[in-house]
Amino acid sequence: MKPVANLSPEPRVVGKRARRIEDPSLLRGQGRYVDDVPAEHALEVAFVRSPLAHALITRVDLTAARAHPGVAAVYTAADLAPILTHPRMPFGFPTDALPRNTTPWVLAIDEVAHVGEPIVMVVADTRAIAEDAAGLVEIDYESLPVVSDPRTALQPDSPRVRRELSSNVLQHYHVNYGDVNAAFASAPRVFTEHFWQHRGLASSIECRGLFARPDPATNVLTVWSSTQMSHELFRILSEALALDENTLRVIAPEVGGGFGGKFMAYCDEVATVAAAMLLGRPVKWVEDRREHFVGTIHERDQFWALEAAVDAEGHLLGVRGRMVHDHGAYTPQATNVAYNSASSVTGPYMVPHYDLEVFVVHTNMTPVAPVRGAGYPQAAFAMERMMDRIAQGLGLDRAEVRLRNLVPTAKMPYTKPLKNRAGAPVTLDSGDYAACQDIALKAIDRAGFAARQAAALAQGRYIGLGLAHCVKPTGRGPYETAVVRVQPSGRVSIYTGALAMGQGLKTTLAIVCAEQLGVDLDSIDVMAGDTSLNALGMGGFASRQTIMAGSAVHVASLEVREKALKVASHLLEAAAEDLELRDGRVQIAGVPGKGIKLAEIARKLRGSPGYSMPGGVSPGLEADSMYQADIQCYANACHACEVEVDIHTGETRILRYIAVQDSGRLVNPATAEGQVHGGIVHGIGNTLFEWMRFDEEGQPLTTTFADYLLTTATELPMIEVIFHESPSPLNPLGVKGIGEAATLPVAPALVSAIEDALGPFGVKVNDATLSPVSVLSLLRGAAQAAAQA
Amino acid sequence: MKLPPLDYALPRSLDEAIALLSESEGQAKLLAGGQSLMPTLAFRLATPALLIDLAAIPGLDRIEITAAGVRLGARVRWVDIEQSEPLRTAHPLLVAAMAHVAHYQIRNRGTVGGSLAHADPAAEWPGLCVTCDAIIEVIGPAGSRLIEAGAFFSGPLSTHLAEAEIITSITLPAWPRGRRWGFQEFSRRRGDFALAGIALHYDTDAAGRVLDPHIGVIGACHSPHRLRAAEQAISGQVLDDVLIEACAQAGSAEVDPPTDLHGSARYRRALVHAMLSRALQQA
Repeated sequence: MKPVANLSPEPRVVGKRARRIEDPSLLRGQGRYVDDVPAEHALEVAFVRSPLAHALITRVDLTAARAHPGVAAVYTAADLAPILTHPRMPFGFPTDALPRNTTPWVLAIDEVAHVGEPIVMVVADTRAIAEDAAGLVEIDYESLPVVSDPRTALQPDSPRVRRELSSNVLQHYHVNYGDVNAAFASAPRVFTEHFWQHRGLASSIECRGLFARPDPATNVLTVWSSTQMSHELFRILSEALALDENTLRVIAPEVGGGFGGKFMAYCDEVATVAAAMLLGRPVKWVEDRREHFVGTIHERDQFWALEAAVDAEGHLLGVRGRMVHDHGAYTPQATNVAYNSASSVTGPYMVPHYDLEVFVVHTNMTPVAPVRGAGYPQAAFAMERMMDRIAQGLGLDRAEVRLRNLVPTAKMPYTKPLKNRAGAPVTLDSGDYAACQDIALKAIDRAGFAARQAAALAQGRYIGLGLAHCVKPTGRGPYETAVVRVQPSGRVSIYTGALAMGQGLKTTLAIVCAEQLGVDLDSIDVMAGDTSLNALGMGGFASRQTIMAGSAVHVASLEVREKALKVASHLLEAAAEDLELRDGRVQIAGVPGKGIKLAEIARKLRGSPGYSMPGGVSPGLEADSMYQADIQCYANACHACEVEVDIHTGETRILRYIAVQDSGRLVNPATAEGQVHGGIVHGIGNTLFEWMRFDEEGQPLTTTFADYLLTTATELPMIEVIFHESPSPLNPLGVKGIGEAATLPVAPALVSAIEDALGPFGVKVNDATLSPVSVLSLLRGAAQAAAQA
Repeated sequence: MKLPPLDYALPRSLDEAIALLSESEGQAKLLAGGQSLMPTLAFRLATPALLIDLAAIPGLDRIEITAAGVRLGARVRWVDIEQSEPLRTAHPLLVAAMAHVAHYQIRNRGTVGGSLAHADPAAEWPGLCVTCDAIIEVIGPAGSRLIEAGAFFSGPLSTHLAEAEIITSITLPAWPRGRRWGFQEFSRRRGDFALAGIALHYDTDAAGRVLDPHIGVIGACHSPHRLRAAEQAISGQVLDDVLIEACAQAGSAEVDPPTDLHGSARYRRALVHAMLSRALQQA
């Protein structure tokens, strides 16, 4: 790749608060989500899903369902077999490290391994009829032993999650460097803790859904899907259904949130497309919320035993431990979550020796895959809790212990002896963690807190202050694509393989483009996630799109700019150095209104038969860019919060919440702030409300929003966001990811504050989710311990 | 999550509704605001053959305030109570409790009759009716009858309504000037069903002694009921911190809360203690 010019240090458009170009149509109710795509004569799908966590299917009788009026077809795995290349799903992100028999079945054949696993598919005139007929499907089951706790699942004598497994342990490995045992052997102090951590669902407002429409006129099967990755869905569909790439098009329409739940292709999606092919008719499946709770991936439990060795001043000498990760029944998409946790424990700190033993364990529950944060929040929680324990144990200030161990800016870039998935070293590229802590503590008035806490205590109120850090690698490679094209109409089109799912991506990319082309944001159209417009693309995940797609748009825009300057220089007979792009024209600098419109250049660059291209340039005022990067840049955040705990009800009220975040240069501070707000709300949910519960028989207990509690506006404090900008040297824009880094510090900051509030009772908090019920039970436990002592 | 197949009827009079209900032989459900019934149907937890919509029956949406008390037609919505100026003085406890009923979208549709018929032990309104000695008027094929709220509920989600009976109105006895009241509930999020809640009122004599205390519990119970031991603890006494604590202890000792996903019996008992204590302080 030739070197790319960096964004100017004093940009004109980048960094200014801008209104989202997405909003006018959304606010007018004109947004088109998958269920809004006109679907005349389409059939609709309902699935019969397993009511049991583990069972043999001994008999299936479809007679009554098939005879039901309005039913077009009722399919089992055997019915789909003729058009599937394999009865199981293809691998998401193919890897040699996993066995072939770990992905889910497209439809279950003779065994089900979690509640919600699809067995039979009903296709009917309407969803209501499909549901009526689904109720007429008769299935006999023979129950098999259920494994609902990963800690018992890894015992050799545990029943197997699926009969085909010889062990429930899918992966067992160490992530380590240095000589951790030697470090512990000579350490002055060692701290040991056990943590339970729970994360929940993605809970996008729009559930998943897919509409497949075969078109006999073009022989192209068009698929609209609410997905975070249309190109990956394209690959999986063409692989699973042996579809010639020229006969398939995947489009992501408006997507009502992803948060990880749409970061993969699912069996119900493949089945829906298969039905459209078998019937030669348009077929639609729109997931309802009840299906979402059991059929869309979760992130769930991790059980940690962690030790930290320190010297007398609290400098970390080593960290070691063991972590058991609940992976669910199948592997629909790799095993990133556990690896992300294991490789990120040391976070923003200097840890000379490290070893974590990891067990990735199957259970008879919904499969686990990344939800916003993807394993990083759990690692941050474990490490930040240890930092608090070290401070308590040594009688040091929490902030001071952190300061002594944070990687200082002078040591940036700081490489850790760890490798990421791509085999690249883990390098903290930039940032000032100590400064962020200082800003956070000043903002929350740490200096005045002791007095506030004492005053509250005098009134019988228990308030506490919490503090936590994180770093988050962002901008997952290897590439993202963008085409920037100035149309003869004067409008600018951006086509990208990135995916817009509500976070304001289109505005972000338009700003990056407008910076170079000197056009209004309103004259830019962004088309994202349509496989017919970009041959390649990765999509939306891992806080990557501003970095990867933003840089791709930057590179393409620079190229278009150069081309426009070259042609204008030729046509205006002026030196390119004397020209500027402004208001949709190329003009002599300082002489507004003259010069030549970009639209005019675009028209000329369409060419005229027999005439050569002006200025000798290639045809088209456009450029195509594939921005590549294997090394991720590290965003960081430091959160500080104040809470009040009601010792009579166990309720935690957040009084103040300060988020200092460094996401490098901000393209649009307005949407960046929105991303941070969203990340924090998700973190608050994970800490105080969200808990996807199952009983011992693997039955999900929280399958409505009345039982699975999301944070709502009335539980939220005003969130105060302060950006600290350390531009990343790793991309031409200097940007870093935003949305996930905001989630990571929330659980440790809140739990730290809750523990601080309950300090008078000597309560220790090592678990999250933390419900009011748990708070009262911790208080009771502490009272009993005190009574015995 | 689509409704099961069913027929729909929109009767224009109570007589017509009762006839439809009688003819259905238990296969019909009455539809008022639909805030509990519609999700139940969407989950297919109930599959009635017929929905009888009460929306077109005249006269069921009136709020009347007389010397005898407050009479609410069965189709009066929460929002009607919330926005009624006269009710603020005619029944301040009722109005204060409304702010805890679900969310405003639900308050725009949910009705007092529907809530009683649904009989959720964690809902505010059945608890208020029991606390305030409300009289429930119902009508059926044999004519109308009055039922005391305290004798209306037979358990969680069940009542003593006969098969073809329809609730037509609820009357809360008149609210004397100077009556003290408290309403406290604990829910995980604003608008959620209460894990425990207390509604109470009492009058005082010239010496400041508590007269005729009414203390009702919601959430931490199988159906709402009065806390007689707690009432006895303060009856005839002048309230102070010691007495409030004694009353809260008595109340939490006499409840028999269920254990479920959201809280153990032990936890709910602790909440009853806290809510009762706070409601007395509020009063």
